[in-house]
Amino acid sequence: MTPVLAAEQLGRVLPGEVPVTLVQEVTLAVERGEFVVIMGPSGSGKSSLLYLLGLLDTPTSGRILLDGRDTSGFGEDELATTRLQKLGFVFQFHFLLAEFSVLDNVMLPLRRLGALAEPAAQIRARDLLEQFGLNEHLHKRPHQISGGQRQRAAIARALANDPPIIFADEPTGNLDTRAGANVRQILHDLTRDFGKTVIAVTHDLTFAKAADRRIGIVDGRIDPNWQASLER
Amino acid sequence: MSIQLGIAVTHLVNRKRPTLVSLIGIVLGVAFFLAVSSLMRGSERDFIKRLIDNSPHITVSDEYRNPQVQPAVLRWPEGAVEVRRVKPLHEVRGIRGHAQKLTFIESLPGLRAAPTLVSAVVLTFAGRTQGVTITGAIPAKMKQVSTIEEKLIEGSLDALAANSNGIIIGVGLAKKFGLSMGSVLNVAATTGEGRALKIVGIFRTGNASYDEAQTFVSLKRAQSLLDRPNRVNRFIIQLDDPYSARGVAALIEARTGYKSVSWLEASEDLMSVLFVRNMIMYSVVSAILVVAAFGIYNTISTIVMEKTHDIAILKSMGFHARDIRWIFLAEGVLLGLIGSLLGLLLGTGLMRLLAGVKLKPPGASELVHLPIYWGYEQFLLAAGFALVSAVGAAYLPAHKAGRVQPVTILRGMG
Repeated sequence: MTPVLAAEQLGRVLPGEVPVTLVQEVTLAVERGEFVVIMGPSGSGKSSLLYLLGLLDTPTSGRILLDGRDTSGFGEDELATTRLQKLGFVFQFHFLLAEFSVLDNVMLPLRRLGALAEPAAQIRARDLLEQFGLNEHLHKRPHQISGGQRQRAAIARALANDPPIIFADEPTGNLDTRAGANVRQILHDLTRDFGKTVIAVTHDLTFAKAADRRIGIVDGRIDPNWQASLER
Repeated sequence: MSIQLGIAVTHLVNRKRPTLVSLIGIVLGVAFFLAVSSLMRGSERDFIKRLIDNSPHITVSDEYRNPQVQPAVLRWPEGAVEVRRVKPLHEVRGIRGHAQKLTFIESLPGLRAAPTLVSAVVLTFAGRTQGVTITGAIPAKMKQVSTIEEKLIEGSLDALAANSNGIIIGVGLAKKFGLSMGSVLNVAATTGEGRALKIVGIFRTGNASYDEAQTFVSLKRAQSLLDRPNRVNRFIIQLDDPYSARGVAALIEARTGYKSVSWLEASEDLMSVLFVRNMIMYSVVSAILVVAAFGIYNTISTIVMEKTHDIAILKSMGFHARDIRWIFLAEGVLLGLIGSLLGLLLGTGLMRLLAGVKLKPPGASELVHLPIYWGYEQFLLAAGFALVSAVGAAYLPAHKAGRVQPVTILRGMG
């Protein structure tokens, strides 16, 4: 079966007087519905790898295959459209737009895609927020709700267009234990109940243990020893 | 409302103060642009109207634009000897075959023509003399091509037909010589011919030199006085459409051979002064809008700078670079549109205010209103220029916003 996402000899070097290697020779494949966690020391290139896999950054070597389709020939517009339809992002900070209500934030990707008419899009956004226990806060601005609620709203926004893959960059890194556990559970449920593929970067071992697979990254490349230590 | 427009509106509404400052700049720019240009265009049109009303639209004179080719040159174009200044021994000046030429001119649509004989004469009264211009005209025809009948403060043009020894003079000359209706003065032509003429009309045009140096007699009297029987040396033509004068004059000149000067050609120096004046006026009022555009540039640039994170997030969500550009261009368009609309309203108010102002210019006997031009094209020009300035000011920040690389921002925020 074709993996939903695959990387072949992926590399990313930042140009400059002294070029900086962020990611090198990463080859991996992620199956549909899999919950994969990327771990490693700070500055090891975990987030850089996530941005490459999420088509937010362009590799300097290697290629990324999405549903078996090579994305290296994609132009900026095609990459954006792919992100809009197939990929969802959750970051360490919620990154909700401060001037919009919680509901409007979730509506943003729906409105941009335009696949649903306005009333249907409203229903979809409300359903998602209700699912994450935010039905009381639909019309509040992000600063009027708690950190955990904001992160749940951000997950709802990432799921708005029903993308098959969700990328999460330290999604619990800025939350207290209880809110972190809640977000962790939501992401876990996404794979189990909704068949989504979740690829997350985290330092949180509890989070990592709940994943189907853990990938260890050291100095921008997959380190089997780190991976083995995680499995223990 | 599109999502891009929705975001643009939210950005502007949430930054009330800078948005208001940018708007005020555009509103004042448009209002002053409109008020000043309407005043300048109004005075220009008023000036041109006076020019058109008070002078012939076309004057055909017994002159040639280029010297006529000598018969010897026509016969022997390659001849080795050139014969210059070959002239008839006795030449009576005037338009040859004027009756036929007048018939042709009058056959053209949308015009009226009057034949005249114009010359310089010397006027004598009570031992005082003055050189004046005498115009011999047919009163009925003259009334169709000139406003002189309206300028008569005493007498009438028809009196010239009733009294063959009648003369109409200007109020300046009348005052200078102490003349009044019925006074008799002597007029001497350059041929030596003289005649006593009775004043049957006095006009006032407001142009001092004209009122002092212009006189009118009947055409027959002028022909007899100047010893040019059955001759005219000028056709005065008025058009229904004064702005077609240049083309009609060219046609008449081509057909008659005589120099035919339109009012546009005769007033070329004045028209070029008006053109330069308009250029200066539009440069000054446009400068106000350019300054206002900098306000918009500043506002939108600040929003782009403040919203770099939001732009990165929108792009990570799948917004295209052009979506982001549209958001900020839409902000410029919104500021331009609202500013133009309010500016047009304020400008209209200013125009009404200016139209109500009464002034007494030096030398004028009555109060006059400031001339305001209400043509729609000025409203379009003011709003259009403001809109173009606003979009131009928004373009650079919008372009910059579209080029934001989300990963660069996300790395910095992580």
